[in-house]
Amino acid sequence: MTVLRDDLAIIQQWVKPDSQVLDLGCGEGSLLSYLKRHKNVRGYGLEINPEKITACIANGVNVIEQDLDKGLSNFEDNSIDTVIMAQALQAVQRPDLLLDEMLRIGDEAIVTFPNFGYWRTRFYLLLKGRMPMSETLPYNWYDTPNIHMCTFRDFEMLCREKGIRILNKTVVDDQHKEHWTIRLWPSMLGEIAVYHITRK
Amino acid sequence: MPDVIPDDSVGLVTPQLQHFDQPLTLRSGRVLSQYDLMYETYGSLNADKSNAVLICHALSGDHHAAGYHSMDDKKPGWWDSAIGPGKAIDTRHFFVVALNNLGGCAGSTGPTSMNPESGDVYGPDFPILAVRDWVNSQARLADVLGIQQWAAVVGGSLGGMQVLRWSIQFPERVRHAVVIASAPKLSAQNIAFNEVARQAIAKDPDFHDGWYHKFGTIPKSGLMQARMLGHLTYLSDDAMRQKFGRELKEGKLNYSFAPEFEVESYLHHQGEKFSTRFDANTYMLMTKALDYFDPAADFDNDLVKCLSRARCDYLVVSFTTDWRFSPARSEEIVNALIHADKNVSYACIESDNGHDAFLLPIPRYMEIFKAYMQRVANSIPATEGKA
Repeated sequence: MTVLRDDLAIIQQWVKPDSQVLDLGCGEGSLLSYLKRHKNVRGYGLEINPEKITACIANGVNVIEQDLDKGLSNFEDNSIDTVIMAQALQAVQRPDLLLDEMLRIGDEAIVTFPNFGYWRTRFYLLLKGRMPMSETLPYNWYDTPNIHMCTFRDFEMLCREKGIRILNKTVVDDQHKEHWTIRLWPSMLGEIAVYHITRK
Repeated sequence: MPDVIPDDSVGLVTPQLQHFDQPLTLRSGRVLSQYDLMYETYGSLNADKSNAVLICHALSGDHHAAGYHSMDDKKPGWWDSAIGPGKAIDTRHFFVVALNNLGGCAGSTGPTSMNPESGDVYGPDFPILAVRDWVNSQARLADVLGIQQWAAVVGGSLGGMQVLRWSIQFPERVRHAVVIASAPKLSAQNIAFNEVARQAIAKDPDFHDGWYHKFGTIPKSGLMQARMLGHLTYLSDDAMRQKFGRELKEGKLNYSFAPEFEVESYLHHQGEKFSTRFDANTYMLMTKALDYFDPAADFDNDLVKCLSRARCDYLVVSFTTDWRFSPARSEEIVNALIHADKNVSYACIESDNGHDAFLLPIPRYMEIFKAYMQRVANSIPATEGKA
């Protein structure tokens, strides 16, 4: 049995067996490969990194070379059960438009992103006066791919504005683990957010 | 000439000729009462004949896809970069079949062959073929070889069109389809290039409406022009800039109409070489098959409906600077396959080499190709009693 990264382990719980998924920024295809083998899920991954595309092909995963910033117009409305995007929301040009696209194509979507409201991040900025860096956010402000950082509250506000319903949410620490302390004050103590959303 | 055959070469190979006397009805309605197919094979067929890979050639290709015919050969087969032990199409796993298509001029029945009805060569009377006719004839070759189902059918450009056709014409006979630098049908621009090439040949006074053999001539200048035009559409602006720039043959301008720029003499050389090895009627016929190809036409022009028939998995590959078969055309195939709910992977390879890239050993291309073919190899049903 394959061991999945913990945020992926959370995601897979929310994917229905025998359904179809689209994984945006699918990496080496580990989630798709897991879902295929354990839940009989069919699907496609979109990726632009050449090494990761080759890895997907080697893993027996359907991978399409496609840039998320160029849109998803090649996918039809309501053609996919669940559209997944793990740790890519903050790296695209227009996260708001991409969310719209995800819920145009899919009945449901699952999104994970790093929480910029995590206490360490807040204190880093407050005390050092510099853009926060950590294991989850290892980049300098000028070379980071994470161009649209947000907090849990920012994300939930955007969902409210767009009429997007939150079906489930979970927060995990930098080890991608759920911990009881996080539940006390998730917007402060959670480092990575996992949201399950729909328009219905 | 190879002094020694490289380790990753299939080595010395010998073409084989297969005769068919069961008539083949063509798309045009005409019938070939008998015909021959020239083919080569590399690697060995396993006991249950489940490891066979068919190579479909493009416009000017033939059965000699890999290896050498003799130690005097200057060059190996046309796709030697992808076929051999340890290469993308690994002959340690696969039994590879490459043939010269019907209508060709490298040994299979074509315009230069004898027409049994007239007792003369076919010449321009050879029936105009469609891609499906090639696929039908290839299926008969598979029957002769005892291959019920191909592990994979692979091809680039016009070869990729044959792969697409295979996947919908004989869905149960293809497990994997590899479609490289191809298109679901030609665009008007593409048909136009073919027509200019055909006109160059047809208007050559030595063409004699295709009966040049009777006059002891060949339409050399027409063929040369056709090839020069074709060749330049296979390259990209960048590739030509890098390869030739504005280099002058003699280092100075001569104020004459003789070739002065390197690119001119290169095109002349390519055209010259081609005009002596390739048959003009075959060229006319092959470009027609390209123009006619449009498998969706039989399905209300709906490519999704068309590809829904397929049962195989697909790998589709395109190249960034290929403008003759652009990435957008490959993406049409990919999107239709997604809508048809087929297993498909797609990569667009960064390359400066235009359409020609599909024949070159570009590292990322070969890695993806190899990874996919490894998957094909893994899907070969284990033979009973095999360790």
